Amino acid sequence: MADKEFTLRIVTPERVFYEGNAQMVEFNTTEGEIGVLPGHIPLTVIVSPGLLRIHEEEGVKIAALHAGFAEILPDGISILAEIVEWPEEIDKERADAALHRAEERLKSKDGDQDVKRAELALKRAVARIEALK
Amino acid sequence: MASMRDIKRRRSSIQGTQQITKAMKLVSTVKLQRARSNAEKTKTYFDTMYRTVGSILSRVGTIDHRYLTPGECTRKAVVVITSNRGLAGGYNSNVVRQLTAMEDWDKSETDIYAIGNKGGEYLDRHGYTVKESLPEVIEAPTYKDASSLADRLLESFGNGEIGEIYLAYTFFKNTVSHEPRLIKLLPVEIPEEDLEESSSQALMNFEPKDEEAIDLIIPKYISSLIYGAMMEAVASENGARMQAMDNATSNAEEMIDHLTLMYNRARQGSITQELTEIIAGAEAIG
Repeated sequence: MADKEFTLRIVTPERVFYEGNAQMVEFNTTEGEIGVLPGHIPLTVIVSPGLLRIHEEEGVKIAALHAGFAEILPDGISILAEIVEWPEEIDKERADAALHRAEERLKSKDGDQDVKRAELALKRAVARIEALK
Repeated sequence: MASMRDIKRRRSSIQGTQQITKAMKLVSTVKLQRARSNAEKTKTYFDTMYRTVGSILSRVGTIDHRYLTPGECTRKAVVVITSNRGLAGGYNSNVVRQLTAMEDWDKSETDIYAIGNKGGEYLDRHGYTVKESLPEVIEAPTYKDASSLADRLLESFGNGEIGEIYLAYTFFKNTVSHEPRLIKLLPVEIPEEDLEESSSQALMNFEPKDEEAIDLIIPKYISSLIYGAMMEAVASENGARMQAMDNATSNAEEMIDHLTLMYNRARQGSITQELTEIIAGAEAIG
C-alpha cells in the first residue's frame, strides 16, 4: 500500500473547481453513496445531490456536489459537475428557505412532476446545510 | 474638381467615423480577451464530456435508444448562435449561410431557436419558422441558459415534434480565424476516428447500466455542447468585430490621406489662380 493517492479533478462548465491529489473521495451517486480509493476499476457514475468529501493528506475537505457525473479510473477521478460549492460559497439563509419550501411542497403533493422536483430541491438544500456543518 | 470646402467637410466626417471604428476595435479587443479566457476555462469540461460520451457510445454499439436512432419525424430544429449587433464583418452571415446552403432542407420543416438577434431576424425574413428567440442569452451566456434550452429541445424531441437537432455556431480557432460550423446534436453522432480512439482505452463500466446512463448523460452532453458553442461564438464575434473594425480604421486612414492630398491640391490650385488673376489685373491697368 505504498502509492495510495490518485489525482482528483473536479471541473464545472465555468471553472476548474479542484485539482490535486487525494487518498479517498466520497460522494453520492444515483445508486447510493460511494467511496473511491485508488486502484478502482474504470467506472462512470451519475452524481446525485449530496456531500462530497475529499480525503487529503492534511485532512478532509467538504463541498456540496449537486449534479453531474464522474469518470473513475484506477489512477484518477474526473468529476464533471454542473453545480458544486465550497461551504463558504453557500448562503445559509437561502438553503434554509429552500429546505422549508421543498418540505412544504412535498407535504401538499400535487402532481408527479412537482414531487420529483421538490425532492431534488430538498436533497440539494440538505446537502448545502450538511456542508456548512 | 470638388471645392475646398466640400473636401474638408468630407474629410472631417471620415475622421469622425475613424474615431468610432478605432474605439470599437479597442472595446472588442478587451472583450475578446475576456471571452477567450472564458472559452479556454470551459474547454476542459467539454473535452472530458466529449471523451466520456465517446467511450459510452463505442461500448454500447448498436443499441436501440431514442437518443441514438433517428426519429420518424422529419422536422429539424436548429440552434443558431449569432450576435445581437452587426458591424462584425461576415460573422453573422457566415453562420446563417450554412443553413441556407442546405438545399435539401425544407424551410417550412425547420424550427429555428435563435440565440442572438441577427440570425433569427435574417432567417425569419427568409421564411424559416423562428420558434424561440433568445437575444439576451448571448450577452452573458450561463450554463443555466444552455441547459434550460437543452431541456426544451429534448422535450420536443421526446414528444416526437422534431426528429433532428442541429447547432450552428462559429468555432473560435484563434484570434484571426473563426470557422462557422453546423453540427448534429441529436441523434448523437460521434465521428468514427474519435470512437476508435476512445474504444482503445480501458473498458469502462457504468452505474446505472448503459441505457439509463445514456438517458442521464445525453442531456448534460447537449447542454454542454450548447454552452461551449455560446462561449466560442462570443469569442468569435469579438474577434470578427475586432478585425472588421481594424480594416475599417485602415480604410478610413487611406481615404483621409487621399482627401488630404486632394485638399492640398485644391488649395494650391486656388492660390495659383488668385495670383494669376491679380497679375493679369495689374498688367491690364499698367
